[in-house]
Amino acid sequence: MNATFRFFSRLEGPQTLGRGPLFWLGFLVVLAGACAYPLFSDGYTVGNTVYFFTWVFMALGLSLIWGYGGALSFGQTAFFGIAGYSYGVLTINFGAAYGFTLVALVLAVLFAALFAVLLGYFLYFGRISGVFLGIVTLSVTLVLERFMAQTAGPEWHIGKARLNGFNGMSAMPPLTLPWPGGDLVLFPDVELYYVVLALMVVVYLGLRILVNSPFGNVLVAIRENPERAEMLGYDIRKYQLGAFVIGAMLAGLSGVLYTSWGQYITPSSMGMTAAALPIVWVAVGGRSDLTTTLVGTLVVLSVFQALTIHGSQYALVVMGVLLVLTVLLAPQGLAFAFARLIARPFRSRKTGDV
Amino acid sequence: MAILETRALNKRFGGLHVTNNVDLALEPGEVHCLIGPNGAGKSTLFRLVLGEHLPSSGQILFDGEDITAFKPFQRIRRGMSVKFQVPGIFKALSVRQNLEIAMQHHYEPAHLVAEIGRLLDFLKLAPDADRLAGNLSHGQKQWLEIGMAVSLKPKLLLLDEPTAGMSPEETHATGEMVQRLNADGMTVLAVEHDMAFVRQVAQKVTVLHLGQVFAQGTVDEIVADERVAAIYLGQVAETAHA
Repeated sequence: MNATFRFFSRLEGPQTLGRGPLFWLGFLVVLAGACAYPLFSDGYTVGNTVYFFTWVFMALGLSLIWGYGGALSFGQTAFFGIAGYSYGVLTINFGAAYGFTLVALVLAVLFAALFAVLLGYFLYFGRISGVFLGIVTLSVTLVLERFMAQTAGPEWHIGKARLNGFNGMSAMPPLTLPWPGGDLVLFPDVELYYVVLALMVVVYLGLRILVNSPFGNVLVAIRENPERAEMLGYDIRKYQLGAFVIGAMLAGLSGVLYTSWGQYITPSSMGMTAAALPIVWVAVGGRSDLTTTLVGTLVVLSVFQALTIHGSQYALVVMGVLLVLTVLLAPQGLAFAFARLIARPFRSRKTGDV
Repeated sequence: MAILETRALNKRFGGLHVTNNVDLALEPGEVHCLIGPNGAGKSTLFRLVLGEHLPSSGQILFDGEDITAFKPFQRIRRGMSVKFQVPGIFKALSVRQNLEIAMQHHYEPAHLVAEIGRLLDFLKLAPDADRLAGNLSHGQKQWLEIGMAVSLKPKLLLLDEPTAGMSPEETHATGEMVQRLNADGMTVLAVEHDMAFVRQVAQKVTVLHLGQVFAQGTVDEIVADERVAAIYLGQVAETAHA
């Protein structure tokens, strides 16, 4: 009983913004709004919102690795791609009957996790850190992109699934829930929206508990001072690897949801541009908090899409400028800079912290 | 049996022989100070004991166990703890969180909050518990780190120049705390420049010079040793000359 209470009390804590009844009331209001949203919107817009939501998992994973753990991974898209392609290969070969797409989802995320364990082992147990971690992870995702891009020939297939080189893989079945009286096919529409929304809530709350747990404490300790963390008796490599694998699984989840949403995945989802964008989403909102990461990601994605519609080639330039401005003017993220700006006149002189 | 023992410990950096055949033994419950002029190899020996450097040859035993190849965190788990010269704290976290991170695996979850409160009182940091550790005064940071190191309930506490940058009053207070911890049975190994502190706490002193054990004894024996005075004075003369 006590342990259960302690577990859920970690929904709020020093590592997450937002506490108290007012915050959770706001959370429920936003959630209710999100639940009611499809009632007031057309199918296309809802499907488009699902597209935004699919990226949030990758962003939250990067927040965990980078914002909380202090290690910049530039290659989250590698896990996105591995899981996305895995989902494609599995479902094209074995179909969607008996809820197999859900099994494929789990397997694809586990493949991404396995790859992360392997890569992370060499990174962290080889004591690679700082900018080199970014370089290695970026190289990995670029290598995967190059490799998949040259699989155009008919000899590149796994079972029935052709890899199709640069054109990518398509026509895999969407997520399908076994349902009494006919399977529920989750194609860009309201059902998929609710499933992804539910996943997002579970992941967000789960991560809040994780970062406020003893594990999260050690993770931020490593970010602040790795030597001291080790000299308190923590094997910091295990904690870093743990965060890396969880982040990779979330990127993989994004990959699967994206692939099943669009029934489509290409090598460029692991390319340079794709790899850089999550860093912009996470940095602009405020990487060291889950809530600012989530909100920041959705805002930046919406702005990015609006820009793409009205002037395609400038959208990426604007993203780049946004990242540079954030790094120079608000390195903690715009949410934190904004909060500080608002708080300034109200701050009492006595505390003087910040 | 000695709690910490080094046997014929050597460390070379390229052609530089920084630790030269050092045999050192700490008896349980003693406060042992490591002194010596600059460049004598104190810090290197300290880092060898901690596992931040691995020795070129020789052995390190802790509580009877050969820990020569152990990683630092494994040595900490065996019962060592360390306070660095530059306060090693988590600056962007609150004082309370700093202590929680140190203590969370050493106390029952149900008692953790109360234990943290007790330590905050002991460190006289209770009014600052929710401030960021990076905003504390220099002396408070030193206290906080000592608190973190002690909260692991170590058998052996390693102190690297614990009084660096402290006022004479703070130095004396730190010395009193070391004596109190020692009275509770903790063994202490301190690298220290401040002879007032060494006189206050040390039961045994080892003088290092050019990487070797130059002299060993009680504080009075070391102070009376003219050869020790000579190596310190020699260095003073060289510095003055330069």
